[in-house]
Amino acid sequence: MTRAVSEGPGIVERIGGSVDAVGVEQRAAALGTRSIKKEAKLLGLDLAIRCCDLTTLEGADSPGKIAQLASKAIRPAPTDPSIPHVAALCIYPRLVAPAVAALGDSGVAVASVAGGFPSGQAPLDHRLAEIEAAVSDGAGEIDIVISRGALLAGDQDAVYEEVSRAREACGSAHLKVILETGELASYDRIRCASLVAMAAGADFIKTSTGKISLASTHPTAVVMAEAIRDFAEATSRAVGLKVAGGIKTAKEALRYLVIVNETLGEEWLDPDRFRIGASSVLNDILMQIDKQRSGVYSDPDRYTKD
Amino acid sequence: MAAERLAVNKTYKLYLNGGFPRSESGRSYEITGPDGFLANAVRASRKDVRDAVTAARAASSKWAGLTAYNRGQILYRVAEMMEARSAELVDEVSRAEGIEEAGRQVDEAIDSWVWYAGWTDKIAQVMGSLNPVAGPYFNLTAPEPIGVAGIIAPGESSLAGVVARLAPALCAGNAVVVLASESHPLPAIALSECFATADVPPGVANVLTGHRDELAPVLAAHLDVDALDVTGVGEDKLGEIEEAAAGNVKRVIRAGPGRSPYEVTAFMEMKTVWHPKGA
Repeated sequence: MTRAVSEGPGIVERIGGSVDAVGVEQRAAALGTRSIKKEAKLLGLDLAIRCCDLTTLEGADSPGKIAQLASKAIRPAPTDPSIPHVAALCIYPRLVAPAVAALGDSGVAVASVAGGFPSGQAPLDHRLAEIEAAVSDGAGEIDIVISRGALLAGDQDAVYEEVSRAREACGSAHLKVILETGELASYDRIRCASLVAMAAGADFIKTSTGKISLASTHPTAVVMAEAIRDFAEATSRAVGLKVAGGIKTAKEALRYLVIVNETLGEEWLDPDRFRIGASSVLNDILMQIDKQRSGVYSDPDRYTKD
Repeated sequence: MAAERLAVNKTYKLYLNGGFPRSESGRSYEITGPDGFLANAVRASRKDVRDAVTAARAASSKWAGLTAYNRGQILYRVAEMMEARSAELVDEVSRAEGIEEAGRQVDEAIDSWVWYAGWTDKIAQVMGSLNPVAGPYFNLTAPEPIGVAGIIAPGESSLAGVVARLAPALCAGNAVVVLASESHPLPAIALSECFATADVPPGVANVLTGHRDELAPVLAAHLDVDALDVTGVGEDKLGEIEEAAAGNVKRVIRAGPGRSPYEVTAFMEMKTVWHPKGA
């Protein structure tokens, strides 16, 4: 994936469009009923692991916990080499250095939240300095959150400006922009925020921080995927989608894969273009894989906690 | 002339995590008594078994964590609810089994329930022990709940049979998934309505109805079930079920004759603790 370039704020008006709320919810509900079984389920679960951003964003995180989680990211099932590694380990900037050391050349990326996560309310200079610090410590991916207040006040330009500045601060690192959709209050505004973030140079747009109760929902994923599709048609640039917050089960992960496949197509079913940010979902996926292979329902205590 | 009332028939459903859902599969099967068709019961699926075990696991620590006295109060309230609905239970049992003396079976079930309710706060003192050891230690053995128990209820006695296995398992502090009798499941569902109105926390007791051959092997093999009561398994299937239960070395339990505190400890693990004297 090549480094994104800003398309300029004009593109938002050019693509435009508004969302049919009832239609989107029906579409999301219909896609949620797809049944995926047997071989297809195993392939889907394997893909879900490869697209997983294994996340820990707790005040109590320590270098020791990061080391543990890094080994889980590289080998999710210690006794089973057929299980692939996850896409990235997602952590706070303070812990980027130990994560880089623990992950080495395993192929698992280090993703750091930055920019005053999760509120994004710090002064812009501080937010940019935090991004730069995380990148210089070795983070390959940066997750920032937009100013929802500015967007709700109708000031798209301010959001465009801060995302562009974050884009510059990231240098060669990938930028994931969190819209915190639970605070945007309407599908139209989610679409608008998606387009602004993409225009300003986001490599990924992401649903939620996972820190507020109203997290990722199926209709928001549909709205954002449609925005990505329209943006790709207008600019020929493929932006990724990351869903995060409240995704705890393998079934949920598969539902999001269906939404991505049906809205954006097979090219998006790849860790370069789709991510699931979660912590507990990984164990549930491992449990479902074991169930699928052995025919016996498993026990959550058989899987490593961190 | 007053209009004749339409019959208002009960829909028998599963009892799962404190609610009364239909099967996720949407299936049902016909239940007949000696006088013909009685009702359509839910034919639970493997996924319903899984959901019931998940609910039981989530509820088990809360149930085990209540004081033994409080568990006894809640179980006694189940008996009160059964007593209040005894006419309905008698009707259920007699329609299911076509027997005259259904009243005696219901009385037996309620009395059993009261008997086991009384044991919750006595089992540790009667069955636990202070063991003499050669050293300056207190050595204590106390029974603890085993966790999640699966019960394949006896097929023939539709109410007393379920109660005889379920009451000791709950008394022990376990969360339970019951496969009701395949041919006479309706009294067990009526019983679960007593749980729902007796403050039994959701998920502690789950009652599934359906085909034994389909559900029992799944419950037996489930790795998150700690003990399995096979009282209702026929001789011809016992080998298969016990083999499936061996996957995580479940405790396999069979009913003894009549009420006994040993029926409770069968669903418990003995924990022994060494504690230095003096110091």
